[in-house]
Amino acid sequence: MMSFRWSVAAGCLLAASSALAQNIAVKGKTVYTMAGSTIADGVVVIKDGKIAAVGKAAEIKLPDGVKVIEAAVVTPGLVDARGTVGVSGLYNTKHDSDQLERSAPMQPELRAIDAYNPLDRLVDWVRSFGITTVHTGHAPGELISGQTIVVKTTGKTVDEAVLLSPAMVAATIGPGSIESGNKAPGTRGKQVAMLREELIKAKEYAAKRKAAAEGKAKAQSDEKADEAKEGEGKGKGDAADRNLRLEMLADVLDGKLPLTVTVNRSQDIESALRVQKEFGFKLILDMAAEAYLVADQLKAAGVPVILHPSMYRAVGETENLSFETAATLKKAGVLFAIESGYESYVPKTRVVLFEAALAAANGLKFEDALASITIDAAKIIGVDKRVGSLEAGKDGDVAMYDGDPFEYTTHCVGTVIDGKIVSQVKR
Amino acid sequence: MKKTWRVVMAGVGALAAGSAALGQEKPVAFVNARVIPIESGGSAAPEIENGFVIVQNGKITQVGRGKADAPAGATVIDCSGKVIMPGLVDTHSHVGGIGGADNSATIQPDVRISDSLNPFDSGYRRVVAGGLTTINVMPGSGHLLSGQTLYMKMRMKDGKPAHRMEDLAITDEQGHLLGGMKMANGTNPMREPPFSGTRGKSAAMVREQYIKAQEYAQKAKDYEEKIAKAKKDGKSEEEIARMRPPARDLGYEAMGEVLSNKKIVQHHTHRADDIATVMRLSKEFGFRVVLHHVSEAWKIAEEIAAAQKDGKVLGCSVIVIDSPGGKLEAAEASLETGGILEKAGVKVAFHTDDWITDSRIFLRSGALAVRSGMSRAGALRAMTLTGAEFLDLQKRIGSLEAGKDADLVILSGDPFSVYSHIEQTWVEGNKVFDRSNPEDRLHAAGGFGAGRDQDPYFCCFGNN
Repeated sequence: MMSFRWSVAAGCLLAASSALAQNIAVKGKTVYTMAGSTIADGVVVIKDGKIAAVGKAAEIKLPDGVKVIEAAVVTPGLVDARGTVGVSGLYNTKHDSDQLERSAPMQPELRAIDAYNPLDRLVDWVRSFGITTVHTGHAPGELISGQTIVVKTTGKTVDEAVLLSPAMVAATIGPGSIESGNKAPGTRGKQVAMLREELIKAKEYAAKRKAAAEGKAKAQSDEKADEAKEGEGKGKGDAADRNLRLEMLADVLDGKLPLTVTVNRSQDIESALRVQKEFGFKLILDMAAEAYLVADQLKAAGVPVILHPSMYRAVGETENLSFETAATLKKAGVLFAIESGYESYVPKTRVVLFEAALAAANGLKFEDALASITIDAAKIIGVDKRVGSLEAGKDGDVAMYDGDPFEYTTHCVGTVIDGKIVSQVKR
Repeated sequence: MKKTWRVVMAGVGALAAGSAALGQEKPVAFVNARVIPIESGGSAAPEIENGFVIVQNGKITQVGRGKADAPAGATVIDCSGKVIMPGLVDTHSHVGGIGGADNSATIQPDVRISDSLNPFDSGYRRVVAGGLTTINVMPGSGHLLSGQTLYMKMRMKDGKPAHRMEDLAITDEQGHLLGGMKMANGTNPMREPPFSGTRGKSAAMVREQYIKAQEYAQKAKDYEEKIAKAKKDGKSEEEIARMRPPARDLGYEAMGEVLSNKKIVQHHTHRADDIATVMRLSKEFGFRVVLHHVSEAWKIAEEIAAAQKDGKVLGCSVIVIDSPGGKLEAAEASLETGGILEKAGVKVAFHTDDWITDSRIFLRSGALAVRSGMSRAGALRAMTLTGAEFLDLQKRIGSLEAGKDADLVILSGDPFSVYSHIEQTWVEGNKVFDRSNPEDRLHAAGGFGAGRDQDPYFCCFGNN
């Protein structure tokens, strides 16, 4: 199985602000820690934005002056493994729709951090259901649509919100990224051909850059100033100018960040696996409506799946999707998360809590469904050291409910991020 | 008695030749169930903890508490631990690869959705998997008036899902197809000419057409009176025959059925001011109307309640969407709409707008309304009897009462729990869905081979 803990340097983990965090204790009749066993009558103590202790309320002495809040059920702040909130806005008009640039089929240089609006009302909306972390960014719809980031659903600026940037590069194979008219790619075969060609270019680019850097280093170590100058010049010439597009793909090929490929039909899933095998990058499948047909292959390849929303519409390439795919993947041993995904119309965003609930009602065990929107989602998007479970040392992100979080008639009654109560609306 | 030409004309509205087989002659007794009757004899009926329902010849014959006195020879179905409620009524659906009005005009009352639907569409299998027994299939919202809708029952014929529109259609006693008139305002129908470009123009165009329809109806009436007078005056058959009737116009005829309150306007509308415009036009022309979607109805709940009093505004059919937005006029949509309207005294139903939401999880709409402040009883009624009222079908469907159609669902648990499954759906005494049947199960859960849908034809989408 592939590891999804890559270096801090590559992933650029950023510290979310905890300046205003106060010390709080969240008590729950039931506390799902998602790290070890569930605690009855438990408490989560948060100091300076981080979890200080988790355990039985009777056994943990609360610090002086701590603010105590209570709910029937307490879970880690929910993690949406893939959405577009903050990039694809509530109004769905030109001025708030930055999820897809249509000018070229491959633009991995587009950074989500330059597009994310932390003040979009949909960020608020998902937060009010207990969602504290979202992997968001460029949507499916072009062969390579751009980058993604991981954010906390808080903050007035993207810098306050961002947890990981860039997180992944987003690609799409299948009808979703087929162009109209005479523009390429116009077929599935062309899509893979273009992807392959671009990855080879990136490989060559990286090799040139490396050779140039090595040449420069050698020249410097030889302490031959003149040659060094010459070497530098030569290196530059070899590597050509910096190319941000190829640089991103080179990072993908280097394993510094994954390529997430949106695919639905099993044949497109197989294409993604084929390209991954050829180039050896970290692959994460997105949507994967027909993943149940190739679950064993996914398991063998160690490729995780960010699974389509359970309630995604069964039309076109997703016509055969199933409420039971999550249960099938679990059984096959495939690491998966359930996402809110991308919606072009209504609902403008889905709510992962609701999507996991449907999976829990269709063969997936309660804890596994909760894992798909907490710890397993955090693992897949590379932020599980910070979020996804209630453990000492992790971020103070907590969701509170007045009953079974998956029940239609239960309410989210509070959301805490980095030790701050960010939502108390009963929803 | 000789029919007037008007009546004859109305009769042209597609006669449904022989509806599908009614349920079995042999009675079926569903026993030991928690029964949710919704209503009995005009008043709200409480849920029955341990009850039964007996059906025969497509009708409900008995609903009761405790041990059933099943008639001799009845098939007895033990429903211990299960819940039985009336089949769900969806007041607004687009299932069936349908296509109503085209791009040639914004008001097309002559278009009938019954001429466009594909009964083989897999969407209908998902409809029964969701416990929906009656649906109102409508053209889209990209026009001010996009055509006549069709009220349908998900019937069986010869042990299989019926596959002719005529076998699925709900008809009146004469066999005429029953349906409403689909209208829309707000941004969806606003486009380049010949469509309206502003809200003012939208209302003006609607007004103009209804006035023409009034004039058309008046001409027809004048003609009838002229004939009647001629007969009274003892004019000869030959003379009477020479009095030519006005030229027929199927569109104005259909609008005439709206003006005479035979057809209900099923009206897409979101913003509070758009809702107010619909109510204004309803008052002006006296048509009956159900307000659909109503993203901002919560802002003018009292005004809607007041407008209901003259019996023309029937109430609101609410769509429950997981997040606000997606378009400007839905930016203020709220999960609390159902509860707020209920408290104000507005009649509330729900709809799937399938494919906007999935028929298989229609009960979720009522459940989320309960989550957001609506009463349980109100939400259960909204999913069934109030929906029936919005289609003028409350005498036939919407509650479990003796004499009504034997349309019911059997659930594994509480209707508003996410963990409950619809186990069986019955229409007019025939089982149309059974989760234990692998083919039905495929449609209920999804999976390879479940879908081969045609996308409905909505010419407005992408134009907002």
